Amino acid sequence: MTTTNNPLKIVVASGKGGTGKTLVAVNLALSVNANQIIDCDVEEPNDHIFLNPVETKNEKVQILVPEINEDKCTYCRKCAEFCQFNALFIAGETAMVFKELCHSCGGCKLICPEDAITEKPRAIGEITVGKSEEIELVYGKLNIGEALAVPIISAVKEHINKEGLVVLDSPPGTACPVVESVDGSDYCIMVTEPTPFGLHDLEVAAEVVMQLGIPLGVVVNFAGIGDRGVYDFCEKKNIPVIMEIPYDRRIAELYSNGISFTAEMPEWKPRFQELLKTIREQIK
Amino acid sequence: MKQITILSGKGGTGKTTITACFAALSENALFADCDVDASNLHLLLNPIVKETIEFKGLNLAKIDPTKCIECGKCMELCRFNAIEDFKVDPIHCEGCKVCVVNCPVEAIEFNERVCGHAYISETKYGPMSHARLTPGMENSGKLVTLVRQNASKLAEKMAKVLVLVDGSPGIGCPVIASIANIDAAVVVVEPTLSGIHDLKRAVELLDHFEVTPFVIINKYDINEENTIDLEKYCTENSIVLLGNVPFDSTVTKAMVQGVPVVEFDSKAASSKAITKIWESFKEHLLTD
Repeated sequence: MTTTNNPLKIVVASGKGGTGKTLVAVNLALSVNANQIIDCDVEEPNDHIFLNPVETKNEKVQILVPEINEDKCTYCRKCAEFCQFNALFIAGETAMVFKELCHSCGGCKLICPEDAITEKPRAIGEITVGKSEEIELVYGKLNIGEALAVPIISAVKEHINKEGLVVLDSPPGTACPVVESVDGSDYCIMVTEPTPFGLHDLEVAAEVVMQLGIPLGVVVNFAGIGDRGVYDFCEKKNIPVIMEIPYDRRIAELYSNGISFTAEMPEWKPRFQELLKTIREQIK
Repeated sequence: MKQITILSGKGGTGKTTITACFAALSENALFADCDVDASNLHLLLNPIVKETIEFKGLNLAKIDPTKCIECGKCMELCRFNAIEDFKVDPIHCEGCKVCVVNCPVEAIEFNERVCGHAYISETKYGPMSHARLTPGMENSGKLVTLVRQNASKLAEKMAKVLVLVDGSPGIGCPVIASIANIDAAVVVVEPTLSGIHDLKRAVELLDHFEVTPFVIINKYDINEENTIDLEKYCTENSIVLLGNVPFDSTVTKAMVQGVPVVEFDSKAASSKAITKIWESFKEHLLTD
């Protein structure tokens, strides 16, 4: 893999969904010739729609879940009492495992006095590695009906090219999947829209990123709609507004057709290159 | 009593806008905001909080440095990489208790931790159950379940006929919690390739849990070809398309004012479309 750039991991996050994380991540990566895009939104991955990658690898993501050997089990209930996730159920002479609830901590196996528990891998999703021209895309998919996104996100992140210029695309929200995605990055771009919804979720998400000690800057998408609340917040908190993308019907249409807008509006490429410069300077 | 969840798969397609309008148009309903980590419904319904409930997630491990002998067993056993230099990182600790019970010198405490708050409130349209997860916390699914329980209990007590649930994006744990035991789901989709991709995953999830999906196409006119594809998809999969809402800048204006758009300007194109959709949805609810 080429490593022509100074290594840098930039994560694109937002709080509120649909503000343009994928738009910014993909167009930034394409404009600055990033080595890799890591799509951490494993519940609803979208980056591959814009990149049409040629698949080079696909692997299952498995977590270890307990299996109880009822020949050895004495139904003492120690495992069920221990499990913080209520994934084990012992009643009378029946032992049950609710696999979907298991967080794979391994505690039940350690606590069983009869050595009746073994751990078996269970697939909860998959990850795909692909190539779109020079960029590598890694994305994950949580299987339908599965609850735990975090193990898939960490599996996707294991593929990070540590020597490269890497853009990560985070899921929306401010809960554990976002922490898992953002953690370990050198810089966080928060994409927001200048509306009360955008502001409210930006405030919460910015708090998470600041707690993790990651420098951040805000990209205002759909600039021109809404109100000034987001700008006032950024000024008050000393968060730089590093780019504005106006509400532009053409950008929205290109997006809706799965086309990265910098491909059709090349005048935007230097602006994303400038954005990378701004980020590098801010980190210094 | 019927419980309906508004979903989307992809974020930002208009779930909250639609939920708030349905709230304003409904009679004898109760509202629950199950997007507990990026909640917005309160910005349109302006609830007055009547009751605050502390939400305790799973416990948090804490190493007592005066007892710790630095044997490293906890670090070796922790599968969440939450222990470094004999300190527990509260952001990564999942509260599994493995370190606590396996510490040879009982140096690890296991304390309750408050992971957010649930609220019971009053709005001009009816009562509301909502919550706020402490930023960065786990267990958003559990908090969603608490919001749902509070909503059901209150709805029963007040003899409400409908609970409207505003869901969160995605298909993972909070979404699963927001569709457990509901009567139907309304999926709001935008005619973008991403929106369509995510709608399909949301519909698969609803199928998996045997929940009937209804669809609303929001901003249908930003890509009419994709809208036609979406309409086809609904027909082919026997999904009721409740209607299409046009792109309308009045929606943002109403949001800035903190009011549902149907109330802000009932003559606006979006308001008319949403009102019509609500009427048709009511029919479906009554006949089911």
